Amino acid sequence: MAEKLYIEALREGLREEMLRDSSVFLIGEDIGVYGGAFGVTKGLVQEFGEKRVIDTPISETAITGIGVGAALCGMRPVVEIMFSDFTTLAMEQLVNQGAKIRYMFGGKAKVPMVLRTPMGSGTGAAAQHSQSFPAVFAHFPGLKVVMPSTPYDVKGLIKAAIRDDNPVVFFEHKLLYRVKGEVPEGDYVLPLGKADIKRKGNDVTIIAGSIMVIKALEAAKELEKEGIDVEIIDPVTIKPLDMETIVKSVKKTGRVLIVEDDPKSFGWGAEVAAGIVESEAFDYLDAPVKRLAGRDIPIPYNPNLERHAVPQIEDILKGVKQILR
Amino acid sequence: MELTKEKRLWMYKKMYEVRLFEQEVDRLFKANMIWGTCHLSVGEEATAVGSIAAIREDDMITSTHRGHGHCIAKGGKLPLMFAELLGKETGYCKGRGGSMHIADIESGNLGANGIVGGGIPIATGAALASKLKGDNKVTLCFFGDGANNQGVFHESLNMASLWKLPVVYICENNVYGMSLHVGKSTAVANIADRASAYSMPGVIVDGNDVEAVYFAVKEAVERARRGEGPTLIEAKTYRWLGHSKSDANLYRTREEIESWKLKCPIKRYREKLISENIATADELDEIENKVKKEIEEALKFAMESPEPSVADIELDVYA
Repeated sequence: MAEKLYIEALREGLREEMLRDSSVFLIGEDIGVYGGAFGVTKGLVQEFGEKRVIDTPISETAITGIGVGAALCGMRPVVEIMFSDFTTLAMEQLVNQGAKIRYMFGGKAKVPMVLRTPMGSGTGAAAQHSQSFPAVFAHFPGLKVVMPSTPYDVKGLIKAAIRDDNPVVFFEHKLLYRVKGEVPEGDYVLPLGKADIKRKGNDVTIIAGSIMVIKALEAAKELEKEGIDVEIIDPVTIKPLDMETIVKSVKKTGRVLIVEDDPKSFGWGAEVAAGIVESEAFDYLDAPVKRLAGRDIPIPYNPNLERHAVPQIEDILKGVKQILR
Repeated sequence: MELTKEKRLWMYKKMYEVRLFEQEVDRLFKANMIWGTCHLSVGEEATAVGSIAAIREDDMITSTHRGHGHCIAKGGKLPLMFAELLGKETGYCKGRGGSMHIADIESGNLGANGIVGGGIPIATGAALASKLKGDNKVTLCFFGDGANNQGVFHESLNMASLWKLPVVYICENNVYGMSLHVGKSTAVANIADRASAYSMPGVIVDGNDVEAVYFAVKEAVERARRGEGPTLIEAKTYRWLGHSKSDANLYRTREEIESWKLKCPIKRYREKLISENIATADELDEIENKVKKEIEEALKFAMESPEPSVADIELDVYA
């Protein structure tokens, strides 16, 4: 199997869906010749033309609303919002329109659109270009929220998101774009709403999402040297959330560490923790559920402060040891 | 461009339908038979009917929170509309949407909207879809004077003009955005003046003259269908009733309201049709009686329809 960068796998997924289905088109700021702020759509305008890779003015609300309108009329738009922080501008159309249309129209309409957006800190871009907030969107009925962590996942999931008949918010962590991994050639689609066991283990379950999966895997390697056998569950889709896979793992290990990139308060990690406590896994817990998450602060500029705004590998190591103590 | 007798009588009937529907809804509200709130378009019938008379059946519209008239003119069925307002399972949205969310995708009505200006980018997206598909459809985008100060108005018109999308923006300027007079909300004298900022034609039309609206929209629709891009039409009209059912009308005088009632679009059209020998008073009476009967039957259907089941409360959140 070929090794590919996350960004290449993502682009490959977009390209294959555009080849497969003529109703798929891309729309967003600087996604044409520029190739997108992070280069995800590089080359696609040359291949598919300006009708299917549409460069827009800086108008996040209307771009998103145009996606909603086009989706209502049978197209499958993929809207790119340059930084996830800017999705706050798109909130109205995503949350009040896209997410609600099907229900409030009595099930007689559907909105098959994807909103792709890069999230996360670690680039020195400070407070307005660094936030992670998949949990914000997971709170709204009618949206699906995906945050793939590996090249293999991102390709299979972008295809699933495009083929899904609902509005899907698709979070790509900026630091993942350059991560390499195995990606099979050709068409494969991964299901939305299915967690993935990224590493099998018996001593403790780490539930990590997006970039934190990569950090947890690194931590697991270190812990293995000390004889600690970690299981890592990647929820992949946080709405809908696959509690079944999580509960099963917790019943096996009896110990849980949740690691997320979002700010801690009211985050998806809290939802996972509550789900475990509400489930039969509660009786199997040998230690309290522990959460590591971003601090409740806007992301600071200073590199050292920025680094300490979200969990790092050493925090995960420390967290696991605390649980096992 | 001549209007056929058939089309003129259709417009008369539709305006009358809108008027009676709204008055009946007002009555049901006052009798506490309808839940929530709703926004009635009595006095504005000519804008909805004149505009929609100018498009094809397979063309599309987006509507506003004051959307009953648009829905009726686009072919909305009165029984299903009443049923929706009464929250019944047989309603357009199975009782989940109510007045502000009636949609009928099949007939090209992409929905009323509870967010002022919310439908503007959606209409623009529908027009983009038409352009990408090459289906030669045009979308009419209705909004009020209040919406013309929303950011999406500017964002959407800019993109529609850049890309020459087949969309016609129709501002129903009924003078008040809830209680705020348009003179206190909008820095230009005419909303149509804003079209020049987006390199599109801006057209002002008497919104109480159904044929004037028809001809203005017709020209814009033909332009759009030829691939020459959008038009902004400002139809000047007035709402006779309050913004919604809780409105005490403290911001305008009885005299002002009465002066606009004298410009009733239906009465005016009735007189025109008779004076131009298009129809006799008897023929128009017959149309009115027919509508009265339709309204009665529609309401009966809605009243006798079943309530939605709580067991189905979580259906249709996702496709």
